[in-house]
Amino acid sequence: MNPQALMDGLIAGSMIGLGAVGVTLTYSILRFANFAHGEFIAWGAYFAFALAGALGMLSGSLAAPIGPFSFGWGLVIATLVAVVLNGGLALLVDALLFGRLRSHKSTIIIMVMASFGAALTLRSLLEFIFTAQPRYFSNALQIAMPLGGGIRATPDQLLSLAVAAMLVVAVHLLLSRTPIGRAMRAVSENPQLAGVAGIDTRKVIRIVWLLGAALACIAGVSAGLLVQIRPQMGLDLLLPLFAAAILGGIGSVPGAMLAGLVVGLSEAFAVQLIGAEWRSAVAFVILVLVLLLRPQGLFGRAAQ
Amino acid sequence: MSADLLSYGAFFLTMALTYAVICLGLNVQWGQTGLFNVGIAGFVAIGAYASALLTTPDDAVRFGGFGLPIIVGWIGGALVTGLVSFLIGALTIRLRADYLAIATFGVAVVVQLAALNLEGITGGPFGIGFIPRPFADYAGNPLVFGLANLGVLVVIVLLLYLMLERLARSPWGRVLRAIREDEQAALALGKSATRFRLQAFAIGGGIMGLAGAVQAHFIGFIAPDNYVPMLTFQVWAMLIVGGSGNNKGAILGAVLVWGIWAMSAAAVSGLFPPGQQARAAALQIVMIGVALCAILLLRPRGLLGEERVVSRHIGARDDGSKDGQTSDAKNS
Repeated sequence: MNPQALMDGLIAGSMIGLGAVGVTLTYSILRFANFAHGEFIAWGAYFAFALAGALGMLSGSLAAPIGPFSFGWGLVIATLVAVVLNGGLALLVDALLFGRLRSHKSTIIIMVMASFGAALTLRSLLEFIFTAQPRYFSNALQIAMPLGGGIRATPDQLLSLAVAAMLVVAVHLLLSRTPIGRAMRAVSENPQLAGVAGIDTRKVIRIVWLLGAALACIAGVSAGLLVQIRPQMGLDLLLPLFAAAILGGIGSVPGAMLAGLVVGLSEAFAVQLIGAEWRSAVAFVILVLVLLLRPQGLFGRAAQ
Repeated sequence: MSADLLSYGAFFLTMALTYAVICLGLNVQWGQTGLFNVGIAGFVAIGAYASALLTTPDDAVRFGGFGLPIIVGWIGGALVTGLVSFLIGALTIRLRADYLAIATFGVAVVVQLAALNLEGITGGPFGIGFIPRPFADYAGNPLVFGLANLGVLVVIVLLLYLMLERLARSPWGRVLRAIREDEQAALALGKSATRFRLQAFAIGGGIMGLAGAVQAHFIGFIAPDNYVPMLTFQVWAMLIVGGSGNNKGAILGAVLVWGIWAMSAAAVSGLFPPGQQARAAALQIVMIGVALCAILLLRPRGLLGEERVVSRHIGARDDGSKDGQTSDAKNS
């Protein structure tokens, strides 16, 4: 077995994990499986791509690489702005679609269907604006550094792993240690009771969208930095995201991240064993196994 | 000239009616039972490939080509797809409602992957050609050929419609609606919700497989690119526009949305320069996505809406009160 698969799996898994945290939060608090979440990943990447391009044109020094990395300060600034824009996009979709459906008291499955429609719309809109041609943040080639044990990684890869780890710890602390985190958990337990206790559910819902979109944006930028940016990137990640969210247990942030790593590592090892063309089937196999053996996931409670 | 127009009309309607068959299948799953299937494209593809393998002439480079009669392929496609639906349903239907949606989405991804990569069975990215077409002897005369094919589709849709209407009015159909509306009450009457849902999901899947098989024989060749998420989306749009829960609505929606789709495709290819066609096609999808969301928001019942169905024994003297439904549900 090639030890490099371990590194590849961890990197892919950290991106899946970031997306799955968003899926698990919307799932536990808004109570539906959001098929449009993958599109937030793609939109985040394209927001950053467009902004970084514009900044690079304004000033060449912003595009100059920082230290060992392949990108300049332009991309860092662009990513921060893209996080905000992506949050705005999520709030806009909620205001136009999901919020109205909630106030119509629509059933869960209508919400799921609407998210499916939103996903197709958002994805095709990206294809309309940017065309289906793959894009890259930088054309520079990075040399992978040996880390020992036959494993190599580029500085960009190590950075995105570190960022993912920090973000998950931050989200976990936010949920477990702060008043807004407590409010989110309360709404996830019982929205009516939380409302009676004086928690502003609409505010909680806004925070959930902002948080999910922000993590998706970072995942999208990482994917764009390490692989490429395509309108289909969100669709391709959707099944791994759901598999990770369900494996981790709906509502569990550490569970989603851990399960994301499991999915990423399984994909990387499957690529070694049976070939790259079957990569997308791995998430499905994991999904089927979880539903068969432990439908509540690793850290979840049994479904009501 | 008019013969050309007529044969184009026949082609258009035949295509629309193959979608109507998929829609009728989805209506059993979603309209009658409330089961959300996001992998329609996958189920249609299973039927299409199964039928193609059964009926094409022997092919040295891939498995099969059994050269069986077309009707055997159609029945085989429906049975295989029904079986796959049954297995997926058995796995997920007892869990949360949207796990079924996620699992069916996975089915579509895996079927697409298998179609692309199992070259020894599916022909890989180039798909399977030379699928026998019904009335191939008349292919020289497009008008006769088109009308004959249209006739076959009309008969299939009509038969399915009558069968499904009968099912919907049967005790079985009433139990399904009872479960969809109030699962606790249905359980209290001793109906196993899981079993009835599973049956409905498998029947709906089988009909989708049949549609895939019929479509494959009508077009004559199949490839993985025919079975993308867009197909799933179109069928959903058709059922929602026509009115879910209503078999007439499913057929009407299919013809209507297919018409809008064909016309907007023509408009798009006319309005945009050749270099921008891919872009324009994306815009077409955006429009239909917005339309679907708008219908969900503004007119969730669709054009026709669901018909109130009561037992045929009391339909004449009663306008459909609840006790008629519950007393009859015991008979199933």
